[in-house]
Amino acid sequence: MKTMTYLEAGRAGLAEMMRQDGSVWALGEDLGRGGVFGQYHGLQDEFGSDRIADTPISESCILGSAVGAAMMGTRPVVEMRFADFALCAVDELVNQAAKARYMFGGQARVPMVVREPSGMWRSSAAQHSQSLESWYTHIPGLVVVMPATPADNKFLLMESIRCNDPVVYLEHKDLWSLEGPVDDQTETLPIGKARVARPGSDLTIVSWSAMFHRALEAAAILATQNVDAEVIDLRTLWPWDRQCVCESVQKTGHLLIVHEAVQVSGFGAEISSVVTENCFGDLKSAPRRLAAPRIPISYAPTMEDEVRVSASQIVEAALTQIGT
Amino acid sequence: MNKTNFDRARYRHFYNQMCRIRAFERAAIKAKDENLVLGAIHPSIGQEAAAVGVCGNLRREDILLSTHRGHGHTLCKGADPQAMMLELLGKTGGNCGGKGGSMHIADFGVGMLGANGVVGANINIAVGAAHAIKLKGEDKVVTCIFGDGAINRGPFLEGLNWAKIYNLPVLFVCEDNGYSATTNTKDTTAGAGPVARAQSLGLEAESRDGNDVVGVDIATRDLLSRVKKKGPHLLHLKTYRLGGHTSTDPAKYRPDGEADGKWSEDPIARCRDMLKQAGLTDEALTDIEMAATSEMDGIYERARDAAFPPAANAYTDVQDIGDPRSQAF
Repeated sequence: MKTMTYLEAGRAGLAEMMRQDGSVWALGEDLGRGGVFGQYHGLQDEFGSDRIADTPISESCILGSAVGAAMMGTRPVVEMRFADFALCAVDELVNQAAKARYMFGGQARVPMVVREPSGMWRSSAAQHSQSLESWYTHIPGLVVVMPATPADNKFLLMESIRCNDPVVYLEHKDLWSLEGPVDDQTETLPIGKARVARPGSDLTIVSWSAMFHRALEAAAILATQNVDAEVIDLRTLWPWDRQCVCESVQKTGHLLIVHEAVQVSGFGAEISSVVTENCFGDLKSAPRRLAAPRIPISYAPTMEDEVRVSASQIVEAALTQIGT
Repeated sequence: MNKTNFDRARYRHFYNQMCRIRAFERAAIKAKDENLVLGAIHPSIGQEAAAVGVCGNLRREDILLSTHRGHGHTLCKGADPQAMMLELLGKTGGNCGGKGGSMHIADFGVGMLGANGVVGANINIAVGAAHAIKLKGEDKVVTCIFGDGAINRGPFLEGLNWAKIYNLPVLFVCEDNGYSATTNTKDTTAGAGPVARAQSLGLEAESRDGNDVVGVDIATRDLLSRVKKKGPHLLHLKTYRLGGHTSTDPAKYRPDGEADGKWSEDPIARCRDMLKQAGLTDEALTDIEMAATSEMDGIYERARDAAFPPAANAYTDVQDIGDPRSQAF
């Protein structure tokens, strides 16, 4: 067991897959010098510039060429720099990557990973801060992964590279320096399994990515007030672990979903609906969502914090929900 | 044309292929008119020389990416026209199992990686396919055919730049029928067009008469050998779409008489004249044409009589992880 940062773990996962499988390669802007955040640091020295490819600032071609390269039997890992920039390649992701297998009647496979550094990162404003995961869950053909811990960032990335479907892989920029234990042994971590990070009996809090850590903080505060919250890290949004969430709600009777993305049409709405439809009789209160207001993200910290859900807000919402 | 070098057998074959494409398109239009084809089709009548002159030079292992007007390219790359017609009708046995229809025809078994419903989207996919070929060290060439409308989309710039900087084995073919859907491309295109734009990125590019199958053939053969040695090239083929944008478009936006006049440059008639000059008889050439018509009529009838796929097939081929069939709750 090693201690690694979230960033180092992702890099280690990619390097391990590139050593195992010669068809894996990465492409994106500035990868040779390590990528914007250093996620690729040193990889070009080990694997060369063909397999860690520096590209022009051509998002549509970065993603579109990966579709062609994937259909030809390679496993490209696409670096989008910021999740916001992937919007320059929506056709390539939504109309091409996600649809090729289906519309060609199963002739194509598009095994590619689209890494999109996502989420709020102090004072990055409206075009470098968004959490757009719910958009991708709406697109048949895509897998959507959002790791919250260093170990998950290594093993979910490896599993995403092994996956024969296009995977949108959303790493949170605010987690790069987060440290945690990462097993030396190569283990497999199946996509679609949530993790009950903190078992509890009074309330279920479902979250993912950076917001999962706020949920854990909130649970620790709630424990001091004799509220025993169960915290679930969803890890992947499509497919998502409905069984894990429903089993928890059957136990606690209360569901609070917390995410960084805008609340309107966010993935919390899907979770809330599915739980209501399937576990209505187990619910002691209406499922509740805690997420961002429907406003763009500001630069100034005072205004930026208006869209950031805090641990104290989670505590307050949890207490209100269980009627304490 | 240099008559002493005229390869009669080759162009007799090319003539046959052009006749087969036209017969296929006419059978498809008939099926559309009879409501057997439910979606839109974009026939390539008038553009057969470009399809045959280019795709007739591709080996089975070479890769082709095509457009929404791609029946001719696909047929010429070696796809089974019966499977293509079944796909147009959305029937069992279609290339894509009825999931794609005309605009998503593909036959990966013959290196045809898909028509595309989005103008210009095939350019980025083509350069990626070539990138994979280069990474794997394979001896293959990618040909990417797009229309004159596509040069005004971003992927034209991004994809050609990409192909050049990585020196990828791609032949870009701009099949220029003069119309971007229903608008004259001249009215929406600044500058001197695809050749000048490609040259500005350092690609070698040339323009040819796209209705002269012999000229297209010679140019393509030469360019494909250069692509292998020197990286990407662009071939601009000037042709004309003798019908509308779709089979149901009467194309009233064209100046009166324009299309009628262009029938005098019909690539099939021109090829026929050349073959006659080279000694083939009218009777022999008519036999070829009639055999093509008869082949495609049979294909049409078998497609008409085939079954639709079961509705449950709508849930297959989506994805392995998160497969909709395993997500029912």
